[in-house]
Amino acid sequence: MSELIIDGKPLAFVEGQTVAAALVAAGRVSWRTTRLGHRPRGVFCGIGVCFDCLVTIDGVGGQRACLVPAREGMTVTTEESTDE
Amino acid sequence: MSEPADLIIVGAGPAGMAAAVTALAGGLRVVLIDSGTAIGGQFWRHPPEHARSVIPTEDLHHGLREYHALSETLSAHSHRGQLDLRLHHHAWSAVREDDGFVVHAVDRQRAPQEIAVVLRAPRLLVATGAYDRQLPFPGWDLPGVLTIGGLQALLKSGGVAAGSRVALGGTGPFLLPVAAGLAARGVEVVTVCEAAHPRAWLRHPGPLLRSPGKWAEGAGYALALMRHRIPVRPRTAIISAEGGARVTSVQIASLTSDGSPRPGTERRIEVDAVGVGWGFAPQLDLLVTLGCALTDSVDGNAVVAVDKGQRTTIFGLYTAGETSGVGGAALAVLEGRLAAESVLADSGAAPVLDKKRLAAVRSAVAAQRAFARALALAHPIPPAWSSWLTDETVVCRCEEVSAGVIRSARAEGACDHRQVKQLTRAGMGWCQGRMCGPAVHCLAASKQVYEPAERLVATPLTLGALADLDK
Repeated sequence: MSELIIDGKPLAFVEGQTVAAALVAAGRVSWRTTRLGHRPRGVFCGIGVCFDCLVTIDGVGGQRACLVPAREGMTVTTEESTDE
Repeated sequence: MSEPADLIIVGAGPAGMAAAVTALAGGLRVVLIDSGTAIGGQFWRHPPEHARSVIPTEDLHHGLREYHALSETLSAHSHRGQLDLRLHHHAWSAVREDDGFVVHAVDRQRAPQEIAVVLRAPRLLVATGAYDRQLPFPGWDLPGVLTIGGLQALLKSGGVAAGSRVALGGTGPFLLPVAAGLAARGVEVVTVCEAAHPRAWLRHPGPLLRSPGKWAEGAGYALALMRHRIPVRPRTAIISAEGGARVTSVQIASLTSDGSPRPGTERRIEVDAVGVGWGFAPQLDLLVTLGCALTDSVDGNAVVAVDKGQRTTIFGLYTAGETSGVGGAALAVLEGRLAAESVLADSGAAPVLDKKRLAAVRSAVAAQRAFARALALAHPIPPAWSSWLTDETVVCRCEEVSAGVIRSARAEGACDHRQVKQLTRAGMGWCQGRMCGPAVHCLAASKQVYEPAERLVATPLTLGALADLDK
């Protein structure tokens, strides 16, 4: 297992998984809230079409977690963490 | 590949792979680009090459022999330098230039880093496939509710099941492999709600009877579902989902003939994940922007108009697979071959298939299209699906526009999804209406098929990548 850093905490993943797959494997299905209704959102379409799963990766916002392969040492920041 | 390409193919799914193999066999130099980390598209979605031993997915697939044969041929051509295979490449625009085409892409191999890539060739084949078509229902935006394609993508490329007790709903045969795949990974599939009635097939039995391969495939899934004791409930639908931070239950109901819930049949089922899908919507972004003529498809989608050789109405532009009519992977492979034969003929190259084999491919395409048509007629979107919505139900997930707001827009005279968008912002967010477009179109009571909006930028990219173009 490799590890990325999500909101400052390590998250184990299997090499080859996307960031979304790693989060879902860890039991998380939401990591963002909508800007108007503050509704929780995570992965929906899983193939890069719906943009529900957006995260910040290595400082770059607006990344689709379902498309970006997880990499050792990658830092992922979710909107949930910045709201707190 | 140092010499210029003869053909660019966008999309390395079944259609793009088959087209590339035929074009390469005919001696053309091909650039094949795909946004994924492996070839195969959504149907033959795989983990990246280096991860296949730790994420086993072979048993989740259908028609793998063809996939392996195509993959091996592509890989051989790639080693020889005749094929330029570019994974992780997201095409965001395709335009005509002089006598050919320019495809703009960003290479995201080191995402989030983006490198702008510009590809040129005299001919372009767009095989961008499709994604799940969605219908909103109360609670469909709760975490844990996914598209059935999303559930399968997580399984096929990441080896991950999104829940342990899952309800599936919608319409169409795609529900079955997803249910079987989840069950194979130890997930309890508590119900499969199929809105259509099997009797619908009896109205068009011919194409089904003439497709023994489809029978066998269906029977295989039926057996798998029986073995795992997965109940398939015809003429039912998931009409709502409940929960807070995550979905905890769904409500299912029997449907009347128009698709409205039969009063008194509602049942609540506890779940921790849900999968929904109502057929597919073709991914037409590049093609619509290039100006291809579209035509109506019986499944309610607008699709690209093609001649019998998969030529679009734009000279030098071809398409194959779901973009010219949703019909599944077997049809996509055949259309890919036909499209590549047209490219060869139009480039003055010798054909790969002789006349007899070409005729056989054409007749197989006709049979598959007849089957796809029968399938679409047997699995329609229920006319009264919008009776499941309350005024508060979110329809546009991105801009959080509710059904009530869209209904008011309709009352004010909006009669298609474009007008609704202008009045309500539905379809104006991150996904640009890809998720809610067909539903908004239905809610606006439009009688025409759904034509997606023109999206000049097919996938978002950074200003940095745009600025790199000038370098």
